[in-house]
Amino acid sequence: MSDWSKAVSAFKSAGEGAPTMTGNLGLQLEEPLIFEQGEDGRCGVDLPPVPKVESKLGGLARKGRIGLPGLSEPQVVRHYTRLSQKNYAIDAGLYPLGSCTMKHNPRLNEKMARLPGFSDVHPLQPVSTVQGALELIDTLAHWLKTLTGMPAVAMSPAAGAHGELCGMMAIRAAIEAKGERRTRVLVPESAHGTNPATAAACGYIVDPIPANARGRVDIEAFKAKLGDDVAAVMITNPNTCGLFESEIIEIAELIHSVGGYFYCDGANFNAIVGRVRPGDLGVDAMHINLHKTFSTPHGGGGPGAGPVVLSEALAKFVPMPYVVQEAGSYKLVEHEGEGGQNFGRLKAFQGQMGMFVRALTYMMSHGADGLRQVASDAVLNANYILARLKDEMSPAFDGPCMHEALFDDTFLKGTGVTTLDFAKAMIDEGYHPMTMYFPLVVHGALLIEPTETESKDAIDQFIAVLGGLAQRAKQGDQADWFRAAPRYTPRRRLDETSAARKPILRWMPETESKEAAD
Amino acid sequence: MRYLPLTESDRRAMLAAIGVPSVDSLFRDVPESAWLKKPVEGLPDHMGELAVDRALTAMAAKSVTAGSAPFFIGGGAYKHHVPASVDHLIQRGEFMTSYTPYQPEVTQGTLQYLFEFQTQVALITGMDVANASMYDGSTAVAEAVVMANRVTRREKAVVSGGLHPMYREVIDTHARFLGFEVVAGRIDPTSAEDLIDRIDDKTSCVVVQNPDFFGNLRDFTKLAEACQARGALLIVAVTEIVSLGAVKSPGEMGADIVVAEGQSIGNALNFGGPYVGLFATRDKYVRQMPGRLAGQTVDADGRRGWVLTLSTREQHIRREKATSNICTNSGLCALAFTIHMSLLGEDGFTRLAALNHAAAASLAGKLAGVKGVEVLTGSFFNEFTVRLSKPAAEVVEALAEKNILAGIPVSRLIPGRDDLANLLVIAATEVNTEADMDALAKGLTEVLS
Ligand SMILES: Cc1ncc(COP(=O)(O)O)c(C=O)c1O
Repeated sequence: MSDWSKAVSAFKSAGEGAPTMTGNLGLQLEEPLIFEQGEDGRCGVDLPPVPKVESKLGGLARKGRIGLPGLSEPQVVRHYTRLSQKNYAIDAGLYPLGSCTMKHNPRLNEKMARLPGFSDVHPLQPVSTVQGALELIDTLAHWLKTLTGMPAVAMSPAAGAHGELCGMMAIRAAIEAKGERRTRVLVPESAHGTNPATAAACGYIVDPIPANARGRVDIEAFKAKLGDDVAAVMITNPNTCGLFESEIIEIAELIHSVGGYFYCDGANFNAIVGRVRPGDLGVDAMHINLHKTFSTPHGGGGPGAGPVVLSEALAKFVPMPYVVQEAGSYKLVEHEGEGGQNFGRLKAFQGQMGMFVRALTYMMSHGADGLRQVASDAVLNANYILARLKDEMSPAFDGPCMHEALFDDTFLKGTGVTTLDFAKAMIDEGYHPMTMYFPLVVHGALLIEPTETESKDAIDQFIAVLGGLAQRAKQGDQADWFRAAPRYTPRRRLDETSAARKPILRWMPETESKEAAD
Repeated sequence: MRYLPLTESDRRAMLAAIGVPSVDSLFRDVPESAWLKKPVEGLPDHMGELAVDRALTAMAAKSVTAGSAPFFIGGGAYKHHVPASVDHLIQRGEFMTSYTPYQPEVTQGTLQYLFEFQTQVALITGMDVANASMYDGSTAVAEAVVMANRVTRREKAVVSGGLHPMYREVIDTHARFLGFEVVAGRIDPTSAEDLIDRIDDKTSCVVVQNPDFFGNLRDFTKLAEACQARGALLIVAVTEIVSLGAVKSPGEMGADIVVAEGQSIGNALNFGGPYVGLFATRDKYVRQMPGRLAGQTVDADGRRGWVLTLSTREQHIRREKATSNICTNSGLCALAFTIHMSLLGEDGFTRLAALNHAAAASLAGKLAGVKGVEVLTGSFFNEFTVRLSKPAAEVVEALAEKNILAGIPVSRLIPGRDDLANLLVIAATEVNTEADMDALAKGLTEVLS
């Protein structure tokens, strides 16, 4: 008799103890890699025959196979559809990742970004043929400058971290133009990792500043670090604890008094857009993650866009290229003229156009009035969570908070349950976890950012789940239960230690991977 | 406002639960002097879908689209046909509205496609390992130089004159702020520079491009050997990734790092971005690589699964000692690449490359017969350089008037060099028809006469 169970267990990944023959669990489907499904002679595109021409490859033709698998279109569509179903997403539920601003991504943004006049235009077309595209960039620049109260903006940075680099380079260029040499950049310990990494990538020594008991920059410690070798301070505001730096104006004045510059990490602009202009706080440079505040989708990790607004002092150092309006038409400045001071080029071409279109669509949809409401509702939602969970969980600092509510792990003390376990238990209840263990200044941090696009019902439900889990943890004797979570996901907890110890970073044909292991 | 679910009564109830009288009181940590009392001035109020759609559609209509004209522009961004299923699949909300897969149990979909992406990139470049993407080709090449400096503990990059001028400028920017030296090769559209002579024991890397900015194909095997002999790394940049379906891979030539612009596969022109940077290297350098990496592992039940790994290289763990400051990368563009490449497979990818080469070879043949046009590039893939009897920038403008998008005047990227003023870089891909090519030949004949 043939063993049918073996025949259907096509999925090596299913494992021994699977409750079904296939490893599938109803709608949860196992899916092998494309490399395990390919067949020679199959193709998902129909291309015409290649006309006979004399090769111009100069003897450099590729010899031998590349090793790409052959699949038909229905197989490819099914494969990626199945993979998509293994993901959590904003479209599916509340995604409370602090610092990431996982808000609704309107589909109008997508539609506009695909208008051929924006998407089917080459960056090196004659400028006379791309006037609409340049107008879009210029219009977005106007919105960004107006919302921030800053006189200039560099549009080319590809993401937040790239914007940081742009801003810090402008600062360094300004310092060098004055004939000065400064070596240190002050960065709060609560800062996002990109801040110190950027300062280093710009050739600076990173000097950390501690936080005070109120979760803000310790201003005495900051003063003690000031000196004429300080190039800049990089401060996130609202900061990564979800709090407004209440002494921000004084901090700006202090850094300026020693000839340094104020770089503001604008990742959290969503909390203040339309209510506070960074230009009124003494900021010299600030990036804006269009993929956060202005709702361009995160796309599973990118792409984003990180335009940087600049103060008068830094405006002339703006990198190439930039758009100018002259005699009723748009021009693109791609090269340094005589005496220009811009610091160079950060990226080929003119920036993340596709993201610009989405962001402007979002801004126009909200308008000045709606954007102010965005900040108000984002802050209201976060404070509501903070207030409703303050007894069950342990707020890291007193409120009010801005757009995110930060808890530490005091409420889990003695339960044997860690922040990680708690977060993983949320997954089984249908939620993506909040940001964990960040910022570093708070023990076992749980950073919750609901955003303004959640309804009160959705937030009440979320609060009830967190409250329920906190109660369960505190009952005692629940550590094993939490540690076993999640149970109902396509995969349970993954072994990250062995992944890093013996990295497998690509698929190999079975014979080769055996050899590599031996 | 259609994106804001809270009602006035929700807001009142929530303020009551918080115990404050108004939203304003939640902003009390903001210094009074910085409060805006009403919406920012100088911007319009909110608009409905229809109104936004109308306004932006009108704006978009002011540009000439690549698809509406005979189109021959390349130079690091290429017009290819992308199958309809690609854009459909990447717009699935589960992909598009998901975050970086830091919680692997609920992002196996993203992690698995990144693993597939890394494998595809490693295969086509001929390298051991690839990361989960960089912003684009130009930033990837700068990161590669910084990585080579770190690996070799040297601080001098020798950069070929054939590297895309904008890529060169991005390297220069990083060099200025990190304080390393850049030795620039001679810019010459026809003859190969001697880079081997320029390598010394301070050289961290040699950066070349294949095909180069002018379209020339070269074999860098000897250069790779010379680099190895002197302890420098060979970085090969590829701006037209389709070329690797027809041309010997940089890995076969002995490259240590391959960086590429992946836009051609799966991604639209988008006026310059977002694109997808590819980054591949040898196993021995993997811990010096920038960017995210997806790796295979097992879950608590022993089933195969994927996680982000080797993150001790990255900024969120290593902070100022990280290999790069990159965080957000080109995730969804990498997905588009992966899906398009999966549709192509071995047969499709190699045939696509052959079609591109045939189109360019045929176009070069046609243009060689036009008076006032001299084809300069001997061996090429889908892009080549011609010398015109008039300044290329003027010719391109004149052809644009005739609704032909002819190519890139070299002077646009390298201004101020008289010897380059008449050079035009022309690309042809599978989208160009015989009629397009005839239109270009005819247009050039008219403009140059
Ligand atoms: C506070 C903060 N700063 C900077 C960044 C970096 O931005 P990006 O990922 O766009 O490079 C992030 C995003 O993760 C952030 O949360």
